[in-house]
Amino acid sequence: MGALHSLPDDPQHADLAEKTGFSLEQIGILRKRFKQLSANEETLRREDFNTIPDLACNPIRSQIIEAFFDRRNFRQSDGAGTVREIGFGEFLAVMSHFRPPSIHLKEEQREAIRMEKLRFLFNMHDTDNDGTITLEEYRHVVEELLSRSGALGKETAKGIADAAMLEVASISMGHMEPDEFYEGITFEHFNKLLKEFEIESRMNIRFMNMDTPTLCK
Amino acid sequence: MWRRWELVFGALLLASYWGGTRGQDADPSPGTAATPGPPVPVPQPDGPQAFPEPEKANLPMFTMDYGRIQIPFEFTLWVLLASFAKIGFHVYHKITIWIPESCLLIVIGLVVGGIMHAVKEEPPAVLDSNVFFLYMLPPIVLENGYFMPARPFFENTGTVLWYAVVGTLWNSVGIGLSLYAVCQIEVFGVQDINLQENLLFASIISAVDPVAVISVFEDISVNEQLFIVVFGEGLFNDAVTVVLYNMFTFVADMPVVESSDVFLAMARFFVVGLGGLLFGLLFGVAGAFTSRFTNNVRSIEPLFVFMYTYLAYLVAELFAISSIMAIVVCAITMKSYLEENVSQGSCTTIRHVVKMLACISETLIFFFLGVVTVTTDHEWNWAYVLFTLLFAFVWRGLGVLVLTQIINPFRTIPFNFKDQFGLAYGGLRGAICFALVFTLPDNINRRSLFVTASIAIIIFTVFIQGISIRPLVEYINIRRTNNKHQTINEEIHTRLMEHTISGLQDLCGQWSHYYWKDKFMKFNEHVLRRILIRDNRAESSIVALYKKLELQNAIELLDTSLGDLSAAPSLVSLTDEKKASSRPKKTFLMGDVRKMRDNLSKNLYKINQRTTAWTNKDGLHENRQAREILIRRHHTIRRSVRMGSFRDQVRHRFNSIPKSQRYYSLQPGMNLESALPLRRTSHDSSRIAFLIIPSFFYVPNPNPRQTPKPSDEKARSDIVEMKEGRLRAVQPPPSPRSSSRSFTGRLGTVKEATPRPPSPGLDVIHESPVSSRGPRAKGPLPTPRRSLFHRVQGGEEGDKQQQEEKEEEEELSVELQGEAGDVPQPPPLPPPPGWVPENQQSHRAGDPLLRHSSQGSRGSSRF
Repeated sequence: MGALHSLPDDPQHADLAEKTGFSLEQIGILRKRFKQLSANEETLRREDFNTIPDLACNPIRSQIIEAFFDRRNFRQSDGAGTVREIGFGEFLAVMSHFRPPSIHLKEEQREAIRMEKLRFLFNMHDTDNDGTITLEEYRHVVEELLSRSGALGKETAKGIADAAMLEVASISMGHMEPDEFYEGITFEHFNKLLKEFEIESRMNIRFMNMDTPTLCK
Repeated sequence: MWRRWELVFGALLLASYWGGTRGQDADPSPGTAATPGPPVPVPQPDGPQAFPEPEKANLPMFTMDYGRIQIPFEFTLWVLLASFAKIGFHVYHKITIWIPESCLLIVIGLVVGGIMHAVKEEPPAVLDSNVFFLYMLPPIVLENGYFMPARPFFENTGTVLWYAVVGTLWNSVGIGLSLYAVCQIEVFGVQDINLQENLLFASIISAVDPVAVISVFEDISVNEQLFIVVFGEGLFNDAVTVVLYNMFTFVADMPVVESSDVFLAMARFFVVGLGGLLFGLLFGVAGAFTSRFTNNVRSIEPLFVFMYTYLAYLVAELFAISSIMAIVVCAITMKSYLEENVSQGSCTTIRHVVKMLACISETLIFFFLGVVTVTTDHEWNWAYVLFTLLFAFVWRGLGVLVLTQIINPFRTIPFNFKDQFGLAYGGLRGAICFALVFTLPDNINRRSLFVTASIAIIIFTVFIQGISIRPLVEYINIRRTNNKHQTINEEIHTRLMEHTISGLQDLCGQWSHYYWKDKFMKFNEHVLRRILIRDNRAESSIVALYKKLELQNAIELLDTSLGDLSAAPSLVSLTDEKKASSRPKKTFLMGDVRKMRDNLSKNLYKINQRTTAWTNKDGLHENRQAREILIRRHHTIRRSVRMGSFRDQVRHRFNSIPKSQRYYSLQPGMNLESALPLRRTSHDSSRIAFLIIPSFFYVPNPNPRQTPKPSDEKARSDIVEMKEGRLRAVQPPPSPRSSSRSFTGRLGTVKEATPRPPSPGLDVIHESPVSSRGPRAKGPLPTPRRSLFHRVQGGEEGDKQQQEEKEEEEELSVELQGEAGDVPQPPPLPPPPGWVPENQQSHRAGDPLLRHSSQGSRGSSRF
C-alpha cells in the first residue's frame, strides 16, 4: 500500500514537507497511517478516530480529537470554527505542532516554537474561541483529565480547577481590587502561567523515520 | 573558631583512644564485647577490666571498663567529630557554595590525620571490607534510591542505563587497557602489574560519585534531563562497579584467564543485575504490603522501610548478586505505596532518617579518606599516578562524547555539547571509589600503589573539578529549568501533556515509553494499588499535589501560630475550666482577652507587613505569588482545621453529632482530616482557632471603647456597641454579617461554657478580620477574589448559597435580638458572596428543614 501511494504523491509530499517541516520519510509513514485510519478515503472524520482502541481509554480523548478538526490548528490564516472532515494536509498540519525542535536553535526561534505550541494548547482549552479560557472551560479540562481516575468525583475536579484558577489569577493579575473580576485566562496570561513549564521540551513526539517502532526514548 | 574546637575534640578523641589501648594492654585477655575472640574462660563475663582490682572480695567503688565500650564509644566519637565538622561548615554558609562539602571533610580528615601521624597513632581500622559493604554502603545507596525523582527517571531510563552500564564498562576497559599499555614501558618500573590488576584498578576508579555535582546542579537548577542522567549514572554505576570489582578481584587471583571465563563473566554480569532487580522488587512489594497494616502501630512504621531495604540488600549479598541494585529497586518500588500508607509524621521521619544515615556514612568515608591519606605509607609512582589521572579524564570525556552520539538519535531532546561537557566534567570520584580500593585484599600485588593512585584521583577530581564545576557550568550557561516551582497549573498541564502525547502517538500508530507507562498505570491501578494500599482511592498526581500544598500550608500555619500563642490558654482548657465551675470567672476572662489582643496585634502586624511587601512594586520577589496563594489557602485551612477540631471535640464528648461535610472541595473520604494527621490534637488546633478569633478585636474601630470591661453584662453590651460602630464604619461590604456573628458566636461560647462545635458563628469567624478590613486595606484580599469564582460558578449552587446565607442572616438577627435587646438591625444587604467553602453545605443547601435540624443538633450539644 505504501509503495502504491508514495510514487504519485511525491511532488505533493515535497510541498507538504516544506510547509510542515516533516521529512519525506515521516510524511510517507504518516500518510500510510492516515490511509489506515480513514479506510483508504481521502478525508478523515471524527468517527474514524473511534477505531483506535488505545485512544479509547485516553481521558482527554475528545479534546485531542477536537484539536484535529479545529481550524485554528491548520496553520492557515482563515479563521476559526470546526470542520467535519480533514484531508491529509490538515492532518499533517496538526501533527506538525508536535515536532521536536532541533538541537541548535537561536533564542528567538525557540521562543517562536514555544509560542506556537502554547497556542495549540490554549486552543485546546479555549473551546469557544473567544480568546480566553473561562473557569467553565478550565473546569471542563480538569474534569476530563480526572475522569478516568475513578473515585474522584466532579466536586474534587471542581475544587482543583478553582484552586488552579485562583493560582492563575494571582500569578497573572497580581493584586486585584475586591470588586474586580477575573474573567478568564488570556493567551498572555497563559504564557506567563506556563513560563516554567518548558513546553518546547515536553510537547514533542519523535516521529519515526523508519517504519519500525522502537521502545527506547 | 570551629577549627579550634575540632582540634580540642580531636585531642580528646586521641586521649580516649590511648586510654583504650592502655586498658587493653593492662589486661591481656582477648575479646571485647564487640569483637568476640576465641572462647577463653574469662572470669568476668563482661570482658577485660581496665584496672584489675587488688582485692576481689570487696565491692569496687569505682571501676572502668573501657575495653567493653571501646568500639561503639570510638564510633560515636568519630561520628560526632564529623558532625561537628559539618556544623562548622554551615556556620558560614557561603563556604559550601563554593567549596563542596566533600572537600572540606577531606581537609578536616587531613588535619586529624596529621595530628594522629604526629603522635604516631595508628588510625582505627574501622573500614574493612565487611564493614564497608554491610554497614557503610547501604545507607548511601538507599538515600539515592529513595530520593530518586521517579518521573524523570522513568522518562529517561534508557539513557541513564546506557551511560551507567555501558559508560562504566567503557571507562573500566579503556582505562585498564591503557594503563596496562603504560605498564609495559620499562622506565616506569611498574611492569609487574598485570592486565587483571589493571582492570581491577580501572573498575574501581571508574565509579563516579556525583554527590558534589548533584548539589551544584540542584543549586543552579540545571535542566531535568541532564540532572537525572547524572543522578542515575552515579547510582547505577556503583552497581556496575561493584560487580566488576568482585569479578576482577576474583579474576586477579587466577593465574590464567581463558576465553570461556570471559563469557561466563558476561553472563554473570546479567545474572547479577537482573537478580538484584528481582530481589528488590520482591522486598519492595513485601514492604509496601506490610505498611498496609501498620496504621495502629504508627511508632514503628518507619522501621519497615529500613528493615526491608536492608533485608533486600543482605539477601542479595547472600547470593552474591547486585545488592546495590536490590536496595535501589526496593526503595523505588516501596516508596510510592508506602508513603501513601504511612502517616505524615512517619513519612517525614523516614525521609530524615534516610538522609541522616547516608550523610553519616558519607561523611565518615570522606573523613576517613583524609585520615588515611596522611597516616598510611604511600607508594608513589609518578608515572602511574599521572597516567591514571590522564586516562581517567580522557576516557571519561571520550566516553560521554561517543555514547551521546549513539544515544542522541533515540532521544526526543538530544544532549547538546554543553550538556555533554557538564556530564563529562561532572565525573568526580568519591567515597565509593576510596572504600573499594581501601578494602582491596592484601594479596593484590602493589595494593598500596593502587590506594595512592586512587586517593590522588579522588583528591584531584574532588578539589579541582568539584570547586571549578559551578563557575564553569554557570559560565557556559547550560540549559536550565525551574523545577522547584510547583503549581497546580503545571501539574495539570504535565498530565495533560502526557495524555496528549500518548494520544497522538496512538494516533500515528507509534508507541514509546508512554505506551508502557499507560500499560503499567493500568496494572498499577487495578492490581497493585488494590493490594498494597490500605485506603485505596485512585489518586491522580494533581490531587496529590493539591493536597500537598494544602498540607504544607496547614503546617506552616501551625508553626507560625503556636509560637505566639503559647501563652494564651486554649479554648479547650477554657471551656473545661468553665465546665468545672459553673460560675464564670470574669477576671480570668478579661486577662485572657487582653492576652488575645496582644497576640493578635503581633499577628496582624505580621500580616500587614506582608501585605505591604507584596503590593509594593519594588518589593516584588519571586515567591510572591506563591505566598499570596498561601495566604488565601490559609483561610480555607483555618476553616477546615478549626472545623475538624471542634467536631472532634464534640464527637468525643457527645458521640452523637454526625460528621458534616464541610470541606473545601475535598470529599469526605479524602478530606484534610485524613490527609493531615497534622499534630492535630484538638488542643493545638483550637489554639489556632483562638488566634483567629481575636484577630478582629484589633481592627481599627471608630468606637474607642473596644476593650470589653470585666463585667459580663457590660462586656456584652460593649461588644454590641462595638459591633454597631463597625457596622456604621463599614457599610456596604459583607462584614456586618460575619463580624457580628463572630461576636455572638464567641459570646455564646464563653457564656454557655460549652463548645458550639459546628456552629456557623464560629465557622465564619476568621473572615471577619479580612472582610472588615476590606474597604480599608489595599493589600490583596483573599476573600473577595475567592468570591469571584463563586459568582462565576453561578447556577443553582450559587443560588442555594445565597438563600442559605440569607437564612443565616435571619437566624443571626434573631440571636442578636435575643441577646442584646433592641439592636438596630443592619439594613438587609444583598447577601455577600462569602469566602465559603464550596461544597461545604451543598448537601443541605437551601433546604430550610435541614437547616433547622442542624440547628437542633447544635442545640443539643449545648446542654
